[in-house]
Amino acid sequence: MTDTTSGVAMAGSSVPGVSPRGGHGTYVDDDKLTASVAGEVQRVDKLICVRPLQTRFNGEVGDVVVGRITEVQQKRWKVETKSRLDSVLLLSSVNLPGGELRRRSAEDELTMREYLQEGDLISAEVQSVFSDGALSLHTRSLKYGKLGQGVLVQLSPSLIKRQKTHFHNLPCGASMILGNNGFVWLYPTPEQLDEGAGGFYTNLQPVGLSDREVISRLRNCLLALAAHKVLLYDTSVLYCYESSVQHQVKDILKPEVMEEIVMLTQQKLLEQEG
Amino acid sequence: MATVHVSEAEKVYILHGIRDDLRVDGRSCEDYRHMEIETDVVSNTDGSAKVTLGDTAVLVGVKADIGKPRPAVPNEGYLEFFVDCSANATPEFEGRGGDELGTELSNTLYKVFNNKHSVDLKSLCISAGEHCWVLYVDVLLLQCDGNLYDAISVAIKAALFNTKIPKVHLSADEEGGKEIELSDDPYDCVRLDVENVPCIVTLCKVGHRHVVDANLQEKACSVASLIIAVTHKGTVTCTRKVGMGSLEPESIFEMTQVNASGRPFMLHS
Repeated sequence: MTDTTSGVAMAGSSVPGVSPRGGHGTYVDDDKLTASVAGEVQRVDKLICVRPLQTRFNGEVGDVVVGRITEVQQKRWKVETKSRLDSVLLLSSVNLPGGELRRRSAEDELTMREYLQEGDLISAEVQSVFSDGALSLHTRSLKYGKLGQGVLVQLSPSLIKRQKTHFHNLPCGASMILGNNGFVWLYPTPEQLDEGAGGFYTNLQPVGLSDREVISRLRNCLLALAAHKVLLYDTSVLYCYESSVQHQVKDILKPEVMEEIVMLTQQKLLEQEG
Repeated sequence: MATVHVSEAEKVYILHGIRDDLRVDGRSCEDYRHMEIETDVVSNTDGSAKVTLGDTAVLVGVKADIGKPRPAVPNEGYLEFFVDCSANATPEFEGRGGDELGTELSNTLYKVFNNKHSVDLKSLCISAGEHCWVLYVDVLLLQCDGNLYDAISVAIKAALFNTKIPKVHLSADEEGGKEIELSDDPYDCVRLDVENVPCIVTLCKVGHRHVVDANLQEKACSVASLIIAVTHKGTVTCTRKVGMGSLEPESIFEMTQVNASGRPFMLHS
């Protein structure tokens, strides 16, 4: 089974293919296989699909996502992850205070809102995918859970590179969670590194000015990279941060400055690879 | 306005940031986002402008039509405002969802321009009591990321600046009535003097401080905002308070001081 990407197709352009029928993202027009979306062409033996670049998040098991609670229902929460359907976080999939192996009681159901309310942000992992495509999430690890103070940046999911870990403590002084669904969470590095985000207690102490500046600069760098369609991972974000140091934080979003910074970042990335 | 959900912890972060004069995107409390103004974008209008303020985009078209002047002021023309919140901006505006916001915005615009100094209405008169120019100003919201009033007022000013009203020749016809002829030459037109057209500055109260040009997240953390329409000379034409919170008199005074010192910059095409 060969799975090779062989180029990029634009909507309406013909895709060279042998089989009369194509997979997702294609249609037959006058006996020619044509792409219906703009994206990369993937061939699996004789099946040709076009995977779109601009699309909602299609989650797979094991993906790390950052989401916002939209509803509190019986025994589960509905989480917005910018996918086609709201994701589901079951009550049995969260770590309750008091130990992991406690059986969920009726009281737990009634006090669900005390743990996670509408509007709260969480980091979670995709446990499974329902038959209709909705994702089932879990926070059964100390590194996942309710997120505290910080900044959320919403970007396209296809810009996030798949890596071994999505939790980064950047050397510039802030921490970052690159959710596979395009939600990037920037937060001040917690002092006690063993205190994971799995707890439900949020620290509401004011964040220092230097940390704030780092986070704002990172946020603007992320927006600059996303505007120029650069793949996001810890190294690219860090290079962008370093290239932006000579400009003021608020100037980074000006188009000319954005272009300059992204060009420097891309140069550095090429040097590193080559 | 379009609503955005913010968690409690995010609100606290934003509040403390504004208190320390460092907002989430690095701006200070009195900085505007990057603004781009384009004029003459719609070809079948007499004047048009498109303004992008951060992620907020507004399109304004001005059409001049001949109509009957208002009975109370027979030697003046007038302006008609219509704001359309399109569903492109946010799904909340789908169907009739955007009507409420649209009427609120148009009513504010009427108040802002309801004075003798903003636009020289006498120059819009053709013949007293019978014919005058009516300027239909249509505003279309393309994208909504907070601070609609400021973007709309800048777009209206730019569109009015871009408006070309054809010159009119009056002649008497046989029955004694007046006949109006519009000149066919596209360059034979009258431009409006927009020097005194006011710009709106919205100040949002977040915590104990006020910010200029709030985006949707900062708006979600604020309880009240003050909208002030001011001309370049410093004359205030309209003030309005929106929101459910209350403002103390001292904070209102503080806000007007900020407003006087920092008005949006103008780019002429």
